[in-house]
Amino acid sequence: MIRLEKRPQPSRALSLSTPIMAVLATFVFGGLLFAVLGKDPVEALQTIFWQPLFGEYAFYYRPQLLIKGAPLVLIAIGLSLGFKAGIWNIGAEGQYIMGAIFGAAVGLAFYPAEGWYIFPLMVFAGALGGWAWAMIPAFLKVRFGTNEILVSLMLVYVAEQFLASMSLGLLKNPEGYGFPGSRNLQQYMPAHNAELFAGSGMHWGVVAALIAVIFAYVLLAKHRLGFAIRVTGEAPRAARFSGVNPARLVLFCLGTSGLLAGLAGMFEVSGPSGQITIDFNVGYGFTAIIVAFLGRLHPIGILLAGGLMALTYIGGDIAQSNLGLPAAAIQVFQGMLLFFLLALDVLTHYRLRIGAAEAA
Amino acid sequence: MTDYLLDLSGVTKAYPGVVANDDVSLRIAPGEVHALLGENGAGKSTLVKMIYGLVKPDAGQMQMHGQSYAPADPHAARQAGVGMVFQHFSLFDALSVAENIALGMENPPKMRELSQQIRDVSDTYGLPLSPDRIVGDLSAGERQRVEIIRCLLQEPKLLIMDEPTSVLTPQEVEILFKTLRKLSAEGTAILYISHKLEEIRSLCDSATILRLGKVVGHCTPRETSARDMAEMMVGSALKTPTRESKEPGKVVLTLDKLSARSDSAFGMPLREISVEVRCGEVLGIGGVAGNGQDELLNALSGETLVSPGMLTFDGRDIGLFGPTARRALGVLTAPEERLGHAAVPDMSLTENAMLTGAAREGLERGGMLDWAKARSFAEKIIEAFDVRTPGPGNAARSLSGGNLQKFVIGREVLQRPELLVVNQPTWGVDASAAAAIRQALLDLASGGTAVIVISQDLDELMEISDNFAALNEGRLSPPRPAQGLTVEEIGLMMGGAHGMEVADV
Repeated sequence: MIRLEKRPQPSRALSLSTPIMAVLATFVFGGLLFAVLGKDPVEALQTIFWQPLFGEYAFYYRPQLLIKGAPLVLIAIGLSLGFKAGIWNIGAEGQYIMGAIFGAAVGLAFYPAEGWYIFPLMVFAGALGGWAWAMIPAFLKVRFGTNEILVSLMLVYVAEQFLASMSLGLLKNPEGYGFPGSRNLQQYMPAHNAELFAGSGMHWGVVAALIAVIFAYVLLAKHRLGFAIRVTGEAPRAARFSGVNPARLVLFCLGTSGLLAGLAGMFEVSGPSGQITIDFNVGYGFTAIIVAFLGRLHPIGILLAGGLMALTYIGGDIAQSNLGLPAAAIQVFQGMLLFFLLALDVLTHYRLRIGAAEAA
Repeated sequence: MTDYLLDLSGVTKAYPGVVANDDVSLRIAPGEVHALLGENGAGKSTLVKMIYGLVKPDAGQMQMHGQSYAPADPHAARQAGVGMVFQHFSLFDALSVAENIALGMENPPKMRELSQQIRDVSDTYGLPLSPDRIVGDLSAGERQRVEIIRCLLQEPKLLIMDEPTSVLTPQEVEILFKTLRKLSAEGTAILYISHKLEEIRSLCDSATILRLGKVVGHCTPRETSARDMAEMMVGSALKTPTRESKEPGKVVLTLDKLSARSDSAFGMPLREISVEVRCGEVLGIGGVAGNGQDELLNALSGETLVSPGMLTFDGRDIGLFGPTARRALGVLTAPEERLGHAAVPDMSLTENAMLTGAAREGLERGGMLDWAKARSFAEKIIEAFDVRTPGPGNAARSLSGGNLQKFVIGREVLQRPELLVVNQPTWGVDASAAAAIRQALLDLASGGTAVIVISQDLDELMEISDNFAALNEGRLSPPRPAQGLTVEEIGLMMGGAHGMEVADV
């Protein structure tokens, strides 16, 4: 019989090595899956993990990695602060949409004026949009004790309707021949979040994501607020005893995660995407939840997890088109990765005992 | 040889890094009340867990009625006639007494039959309890009766009781003892675990004393003094806390008709508590658990805010101050629940030192935390209060209860409080550590700090308090000088015996 026994202290060595073990296990079982589907497992894995980084067309895929990874990391960092404190913002997708709408609206309002101040104003507006959208569940939770999971999730669908209404109405391109969608901000230089170095994929959103990682790291390791977040997540009563105001913490965590999601949306709409359209959002806000947990709610972990997630998306796309792997197989593969990570995570807190049962 | 009910010989059980029981032998005759004595960590719990089938011994023999006895699980132990009442009750607040008892049974009879059985047992043994009452409304003493009746329904030959009196008023203790004596007269053996020596002297026929997993002595409690037994437990002479007598100082804390709701559904609201505490005074607050102790501590620590005018400290109305603001003024507290309230289980001692020490110890500047300073503060606590741990990097959860308690109390004492409120300062702490903690509290008082000690250990309160008051149903009795109070008077202040109206003892 195999039993789990709680470790007196979480194992530090294992908490660092389980992600690697999980990736290896995913290789083995994913390879088996691909083999059963009649594909060469080595080639499939190589296509997913090697091609985007070092393959023939890596010059195209590497920038994509930054473009896809940056919003994931930016949103996941914000979410991780709340998750650490046991405050569950599930509606980052909605905050992402609102950030994009606010940012784009400010940019479009200035069209066709020139001025250096336009882009910074858009950044501010995007952050404000995401923050304000997240403050709705925050306020309702603090004031009326509503469940932030439900409220923030429901507001995603409200935001999607708002997005559709904006792309069909107020923000619709007057010169767009009646098609839905706003003007393309890529063609309006003062509002364009262009690549900082041509062909690198490096835009202001990537810079913001890196700053967010550093900011979150310092906050959690060195600042009273980060300490309050960690204590609240571990032992809410001890947090209150130590003087943490739970309501203020809810406002801060939800507000910050909304702000960062809004920023991500704003950088996306003004850069890689370019315009507000009905199907502008592609699920970054939800995938970021996975990224946050994949990175163990640790800023550096989230940075790596965001990169890994972006890699499997891009590599998966290549495998689909080059090897004819079904999209479902790629999703199963991604699911495996998450499953093994979370399953092996048990080992950091528990040790396996193989042998006779014995209760302590 | 075969006239013993239970006969353990050479029982040994080791855990990684510690031998919990080393060659322990123990014999209990039918109808004998046998005390198992020892400090925390002496191996009492491991030993009874083996008898109750929760743990298997590594070596040694267990015999019952001369037959080999090796229960695979508690179910087998119950079949063999062993019942156990745990220190912590496993009862569902929202269910009735009968429903709770039915849940723990292998084949529960119909509810009406069961209720009748419960009434019969409760009449026979003088344990007043109605089967229809909701457990959430019961006092701790009544809850314990539920657990005892649950055991008695199985007609055990051996009843194990783990620290049964820690939650009872003196009157309730008397009821319990009458029940136990009656059981013993009928031939049921009782294995009684406690560290309250006077109780053991009045109840038990024989005693086995454990220290560090080994049997270090046997005695007949009626013929041995409490002090001798304590010294056998500890292995050295005990120091009794001492204090210098002094004049009471000025009034520093005033509670004026303090009322507050409880945070939890089954908690006890505080009702119009009025009391004054002076500099250098130790106010002892007794009472049965669940009568407002947690709520009173929360109201003083600032976790629960109270209306203006109810709470005055040093001339300032602090009812609406949060914990941080109160700490800044010197109002420090140490809650009862160590893991999850006073300390964060999975965080290191350094981080736990930061938990309450940030402001007064200068561990934080402009919101940035100084971890090096926090670490040296944690080291200072470990050193000054003899906390046994490899170092401040260890998680709070990895410490034994007594060591963590020393850390928690030390953390507050070293911050030079003006007022210190502690709840159950020595609960689950071994005798020598308890003496050290009490001495630290008395030293603080000698230095002019006002100290409020909330405890269920009356001996402790009598030993260190200047004045004594009791909490009952959220009300505080008027304080009286602790010297000269009799046990009966204290019992009445605590509300007498709960639910005694229906008792026929």
